[in-house]
Amino acid sequence: MYLLEIKCLSKHFGGIRAIEDISFSVQDGPILSIIGPNGAGKTTLFNCLTGFIRPTRGGITLRQKSITGISADRISRLGISRTFQNIRLFREMTVIENIMVAQHARIRSGLLAAVLRLPGFKKEELAVRQKSFEYLELLGLETLAGKTAGSLAYGIQRKIEIARALATGADVLLLDEPTAGMNPQETDDMMVTIKNLKKLGKTILLIEHDMKVVMGISDRIIVLDHGVKIAEGPPKEIKSNPMVIEAYLGKEIQ
Amino acid sequence: MSIVVALWLSLLFLPFKGLKAASVLFVVLTVAIPLMKLVSVLMRKALPHLETAAGLLPRDKRYLYVLLVPVLLVPFVGEDYVVDVAVLSGIYIILALGLNVVVGYTGLLNLGFVAYYAIGAYSYALLNTRLGIGFWTALPASVVLTTLAGFLLAVPALRLKGDYLAIVTLGFGEIVRLVLNNWDSFTRGPNGISGIAPPSLAGAVIGKISHYYYLVIFFVILSFFIMRRVEDSKIGRAWIAIREDGIASSAMGINTMLYKLYSVAFGAFWAGLAGCLFAAKMRFVSPESFTFMESVLILCMVIIGGIGSVAGVIIGAVVLVFLPEVLRDAQMYRMLAVGCGLVFLMVFRPQGLFGRKDVSLGN
Repeated sequence: MYLLEIKCLSKHFGGIRAIEDISFSVQDGPILSIIGPNGAGKTTLFNCLTGFIRPTRGGITLRQKSITGISADRISRLGISRTFQNIRLFREMTVIENIMVAQHARIRSGLLAAVLRLPGFKKEELAVRQKSFEYLELLGLETLAGKTAGSLAYGIQRKIEIARALATGADVLLLDEPTAGMNPQETDDMMVTIKNLKKLGKTILLIEHDMKVVMGISDRIIVLDHGVKIAEGPPKEIKSNPMVIEAYLGKEIQ
Repeated sequence: MSIVVALWLSLLFLPFKGLKAASVLFVVLTVAIPLMKLVSVLMRKALPHLETAAGLLPRDKRYLYVLLVPVLLVPFVGEDYVVDVAVLSGIYIILALGLNVVVGYTGLLNLGFVAYYAIGAYSYALLNTRLGIGFWTALPASVVLTTLAGFLLAVPALRLKGDYLAIVTLGFGEIVRLVLNNWDSFTRGPNGISGIAPPSLAGAVIGKISHYYYLVIFFVILSFFIMRRVEDSKIGRAWIAIREDGIASSAMGINTMLYKLYSVAFGAFWAGLAGCLFAAKMRFVSPESFTFMESVLILCMVIIGGIGSVAGVIIGAVVLVFLPEVLRDAQMYRMLAVGCGLVFLMVFRPQGLFGRKDVSLGN
């Protein structure tokens, strides 16, 4: 039984075929990397999976339930969460508030409970706050809880985004270029972080350009080029695949 | 920069006081503005010290209740005129707090907020004069009606974002006013509705201005507490998250459209309440009280106090109601002075007196 299945997924923007007939399945647990040159359709694929754009054709199923074309907030509640290529934190909120927002869907107390400060509300708020600290601890961010998110360093912000995605309670995490713009030290740090997420039992889909990261932590790699899947396999196979080399470096002139 | 501001302001004064006064003002301002800048720089340097000092105060903010004492004593020490203005500012505080939910928390610019104020006021006026329903029964009915109106107007409008949304809300504000103005058989058009009954409490009619004052203060305190509590709950967090980043909010499982609707309806709720209090105090309503300028005034209260800050909005409302009254001696200069004050504030403190965030129309 597959956790996530993508069947013949296509997305066309007018005449442009951003992704065309992509199929693959993901089992529980592994780190799956999606690589390809710029404009290959990687982010479009993520946007389809998380409900931000509606695919033109094809289907997506999560635990055998179709999630094709349903809204982003519902997909998030069903257990797929993501980070963004260009960081999208709630910049004016504190770090802990960012994490608390992510637990929105799990909080039951409504308006009346909040206004009357019923005991249930207080208990729940406290639990959410504690849980948020735990998520921050997982990523080593607990000392920054009270800081305004937008004021922190770039690498830290990327980590907060991951903590926030994790805090939604999702089983599947989609990370869009988590090491973009990082120095080698921060990149190594991020690799460890991603491996830790796998240990927590999360399934990770990763868009990444840094080949050291991709080859270092992926269990499986999917290669896209011009919206089409051209290869799929473990890192070793992908490295020596002539089609992949061609897509990245171009054909040798004879 | 400061010379441009000085020049602009003195040119504004030119038609009123002639060239001599304007040039004096220009010279004064060219000196005063850099000085003010210096003061603000010094203030910023002193800020960390002030914050440590504030950290020494007890964490429990309950000592702030002491502030209530002078507020409650106003009718005993102030003249009726002062109390009257205070009642008006109380009504505006409720309005501004309501608009703050929509503009400040959720980041939806609403330029037609007065529409809800009008609906609240007319609901009470009509329920009372036509059906003879008393204040305490009509109040919840009017508030519910206004909240529903908020929902209904928001459903189509919320498909738009930023400036476009602002324009549509402006249109709604005008539509409501025009309907009130022209539906003679129902609203009595520009003549307005008079003879609205004052509220009564436990058999006694609330007729004296000091009684109104306590009635309004009760609702101001109520709105203050409810606002603070909603802000510090999943609903308030969702609103602020939507303001900060709508896309990220939906990725966090927040149904952004639904929470925007809640926000507009919750804002309308307070506008309806304020409208009711206004109609009960004036005992007369007419479309003239609900013009676009009124929407702008409420928005100014939210902005000068500091967008998104409950305490700031309250101070903004009080300042903008009292300032024109205090400046009444200056006759025709007073609106000019209020305008100048606003310009100064926007130049030197664009985030408002207590706000953290700059005012912007975008996103």
